[in-house]
Amino acid sequence: MVILFELALTFYFAATIVGVVELFRSSKATTRMMMGLAALGFLIHTVNIILRYVLSNHLPITNLHEASSFFAWSIVLLFFYVEYRYRIGLLGSFIMPVVFLIMLSSSILPREIKPLSPVLQSYWLGIHTTLAFIGDAAFAMAAVIGVMYLVQEHFLKRKQLGSLFQRLPNLQILDEINYRLITIGFPLLTLAIITGALWAESAWGSYWRWDPKEVWSLITWFIYVFVLHARLRVGWKGKKAAYLSIIGFAVVLFTFFGVNLLLKGMHTFVR
Amino acid sequence: MKLLVTGLNHKTAPVEVRERLAFDGPKLESGIEALLRLDGVSGGVILSTCNRVEVYLTVQDPERSIPLMKRFLSEFHSIKPESLEDALYFYSGSEGVRHLFRVASSLDSMVVGEPQILGQLKDAFDFALRKKATDVYLNKLMKKAISVAKRVRTETRIAENAVSISYAAVELAKKIFADLETKTFMLLGAGEMAELAVRHLITNGVRDVRVANRTYERGVELAREFCGRAVRFEEFKDELVNTDIIICSTGAPDYVLFKSDMKRIMKERKNRSVFIIDISVPRNVDPAINELDNVYLYDVDDLQEVVDSNMLERRKEAEKAEAIVEEEVEKFLRWETSLDAVPVIVALRQRAEEIKSEELKRLFNRLGGLDERQKRLIETSFTAVVNRLIHPPTVALKEDAEARDSLIVLIRRLYGINGDEEE
Repeated sequence: MVILFELALTFYFAATIVGVVELFRSSKATTRMMMGLAALGFLIHTVNIILRYVLSNHLPITNLHEASSFFAWSIVLLFFYVEYRYRIGLLGSFIMPVVFLIMLSSSILPREIKPLSPVLQSYWLGIHTTLAFIGDAAFAMAAVIGVMYLVQEHFLKRKQLGSLFQRLPNLQILDEINYRLITIGFPLLTLAIITGALWAESAWGSYWRWDPKEVWSLITWFIYVFVLHARLRVGWKGKKAAYLSIIGFAVVLFTFFGVNLLLKGMHTFVR
Repeated sequence: MKLLVTGLNHKTAPVEVRERLAFDGPKLESGIEALLRLDGVSGGVILSTCNRVEVYLTVQDPERSIPLMKRFLSEFHSIKPESLEDALYFYSGSEGVRHLFRVASSLDSMVVGEPQILGQLKDAFDFALRKKATDVYLNKLMKKAISVAKRVRTETRIAENAVSISYAAVELAKKIFADLETKTFMLLGAGEMAELAVRHLITNGVRDVRVANRTYERGVELAREFCGRAVRFEEFKDELVNTDIIICSTGAPDYVLFKSDMKRIMKERKNRSVFIIDISVPRNVDPAINELDNVYLYDVDDLQEVVDSNMLERRKEAEKAEAIVEEEVEKFLRWETSLDAVPVIVALRQRAEEIKSEELKRLFNRLGGLDERQKRLIETSFTAVVNRLIHPPTVALKEDAEARDSLIVLIRRLYGINGDEEE
């Protein structure tokens, strides 16, 4: 099982390297190789998650190692979807480093499966966390697309029209996908917060306890409300929207790692 | 059967000569028919574009066909032969194959890497096919040329770089917008270069065109030409709220569009991206506009820079392409020379079969009274002997490319096969 995780990590690392090489000199062969490595990593990763599920008998997201591994897994899943749906060039070169870094942080976190405290053993675990993770993956993807937008925008403004410019997709499609992803992530985050409240009620008897995770999730939620409002009402498209989606994801990351590692609360998993 | 290429192009002949030699409309059909009636010609394809007129023929003897082709072209197009003398080039054999591959890959084009030539070549080949004017050799050659061109296109980036200002403008537009079909466009002023850019945009899908010109009537005229709508010059700024791409080319001595205008316009259009191409000299659009978010302003120098760097890039890619062409020419020639062996192999086999059936007949007569099974057994054994005897020379002929010519001579002598009887 440990081997499987390390193997997936290795394949993601290899995909990252090929992805970076692709930024400088791409060919059909490098693209295919990058996708192949990512797919292999994803396959092994999936087996790893299923195994942990079977061993612990609940969704393997009850410690930070498992959670970040599952987070990375959701991003790769979404990456394949976006790649399949839009076929925009070089997405993998930008997304795989993020996946790899999350997996790397997951790899240094303690891995042992501890019994889940009985109050948390409920179907809410699956529903609440899956919603949260896929929502977060969408925000991650939106931020990465935002970075691609900023790079391409920089090239166009400065009139540096080199080979990377040639291969990056057009601004409009990047902006559209960025928006689309946030409209996927936002309702999922909303539902995650609602289901979380319901679960808290059934487990601990109150909907909202101002636990740090809850607070930061709410902050994240407000940020994305602002992102959507700015785009739809004020007309913050393109560059500003790209910046906002990156800021939003930074907060997501803090909510994800920072809160668990720095602040204590109900969500700090079973310790 | 040898390949003979006869032609002229933008490098060897001025447009006055090229247009007189063009096989356009009905001339193409009658041209092909007339070519096939020429002595020693067994197949032909005519490629006629605005930059080149070329005739690809399979002939028995290129040397003999060259003067025939000269006469044919001058008679068919009623041009004095002297005026063609310096313009025409002739390539036969491997030179001809190389020339065709280079033409198909757009290495011989006026604008190296331009993509139209491949389509034109395909059309020329299709037409010849429909007229049943091609033979097996030409079919193979043309198909190969098309696949070589595709290989060049996928393995090099020769066709990716825009090398004219108007083309560069369109390429940039495609990096800002996802679908030009839904974008609105305005032509401000009416410079000649601007017109070219508009045409490029329209062929790339832009449908909604507005024209704003100082003289309204001229604007109306241009708008009609582009199937667009004329806008009064005084009102053009109001229209910009709904315009995504602007090409500016007025003769105005100063700016006609300022940063403050554009700031207001961007607010009204909720920051949807705008691409402004200012090809007027002196410039008509305040350069500071480029500082605004989601506005991309390119002037004529910016575009020229794109074109120059693309030219350089393209030259590098062209070198790669030449190497691919060379490799493919060699491959094709190897296939072609292996064809030389085919008639000898056929004749050899024929000769062996003849001997076999003669000897079998004689043997059956002398033995007499054999039943069918015995006859069959004897025949099988004869066949085996023959096959085993002619197998080694056949393989040698097919595979030993270097010794092939001497082998052909040798085998003809050894087995008493004459040169020109077959086919």
